[in-house]
Amino acid sequence: MSRYSRHIVLSEIGQAGQDKLSNAKVLVVGAGGLGCPVLQYLTAAGIGTLGIIDHDFVETSNLQRQILFGTSSLGINKAIAAKARLEDLNPTINIQAYPKKLTHLNALSLFEKYDIIVDGTDNFRTRYLINDAVILKSKPVVYGAIYKFEGQVSVFNYQNGPSYRCLFPTPPKDGSVANCSEIGVLGVLPGIIGTMQANEVIKIVLGFDNVLSGKLFCYNSRNSETVMLKISKSESAFEKVRAGRETFKNETSTAICESHIAEISAEMAFQLDNVQFIDLREQDEKPLVAISDCLQIPLDNLEKQLDEIHSEKKIVLFCQTGIRSKKGVTLLQNHNFNNCYSLKDGASAILNYLKISTQ
Amino acid sequence: MDLKIKYFGLLAEITLCNEEVLEFSETTISEVLEVLHNKYPSLRDKDFQVAQDLEIVSKDSIVSATEIALLPPFSGG
Repeated sequence: MSRYSRHIVLSEIGQAGQDKLSNAKVLVVGAGGLGCPVLQYLTAAGIGTLGIIDHDFVETSNLQRQILFGTSSLGINKAIAAKARLEDLNPTINIQAYPKKLTHLNALSLFEKYDIIVDGTDNFRTRYLINDAVILKSKPVVYGAIYKFEGQVSVFNYQNGPSYRCLFPTPPKDGSVANCSEIGVLGVLPGIIGTMQANEVIKIVLGFDNVLSGKLFCYNSRNSETVMLKISKSESAFEKVRAGRETFKNETSTAICESHIAEISAEMAFQLDNVQFIDLREQDEKPLVAISDCLQIPLDNLEKQLDEIHSEKKIVLFCQTGIRSKKGVTLLQNHNFNNCYSLKDGASAILNYLKISTQ
Repeated sequence: MDLKIKYFGLLAEITLCNEEVLEFSETTISEVLEVLHNKYPSLRDKDFQVAQDLEIVSKDSIVSATEIALLPPFSGG
């Protein structure tokens, strides 16, 4: 029997429906708690082309819910680790991994290549970016979001239906919703919500009626309550996005509770897996820092020597005091290096750390 | 008039309940919210939408249901 025989035997799917699945192109933004179950079921279902974009790396604390990863994936980019697992699950489909951050610069050209976008991100900045990009590209987005024990699912921008901005017109006030800090989440919850997202993707591809558009499904895993709320379309929410078409790419979306330049202490930097240090100081600057996995590229030369830097590694930049390294992070981010840190307090912090840790 | 108010996500952490029944004499959603803001001052800084009879409505709407839900955006994934 074929891989998809349990689908094909369903009169609602059949070979014709399975062919639709194998012709479908779906992009999953975020391979985390939501993205993992979405990807797992879409791969198993035989979605022909599956894109995965995620700039983050697998950490031990992800394994409680991000079911595509194991201890062997630690320190590996999530898009790449997910692709490796999914190719074992179903080698007959085409899986594209994009180990980078979704930005205003790359979103439109990436969305162009896919029929359906899945929002499995963990921050408002990217959720609004996805919303605006799917409107500009006329693609449906299957939305899922979670908070501790509760989840929301909907399909936006589908067949003239409402968008995310019709529900929540503008991003919440800075810091009003805890999301970056670890507030905790029940591990099984993204499994439930992400699986529902995968189900909506398959319904859209198969052309089923009753896609979850114009409705927000809310689930509470503690009391098993579900609520379905009706969402109306707001034409003005669409018009505002369309009016910004020309300037979309220039937007440097204000990050919400997310500092653009991540500073890291020497202690934390040495705990990172798969890390590349870069000393941005001039050759004659003292003190000398002799550590392994360290490139020496003065800040002025950084842009010319980008090909020496491995974008799949975590990059820790340091200088004398921590000012040039911030500039370096911005420069690398502009060249799509997505996991860069500026070392707090510069070279002396490294030497102090090494001194203490060897005592 | 008795209104059942349902709280989602972090709003339920402020009110310390998922739902409660309160008596209101107010006529619009925003007037009801003003009463809730006074009862739970921390609600005032929070972003949320209001659903009436399971439908997201504007805060200027007239209260016409017996159940109102306050829904914050979730960002987690």
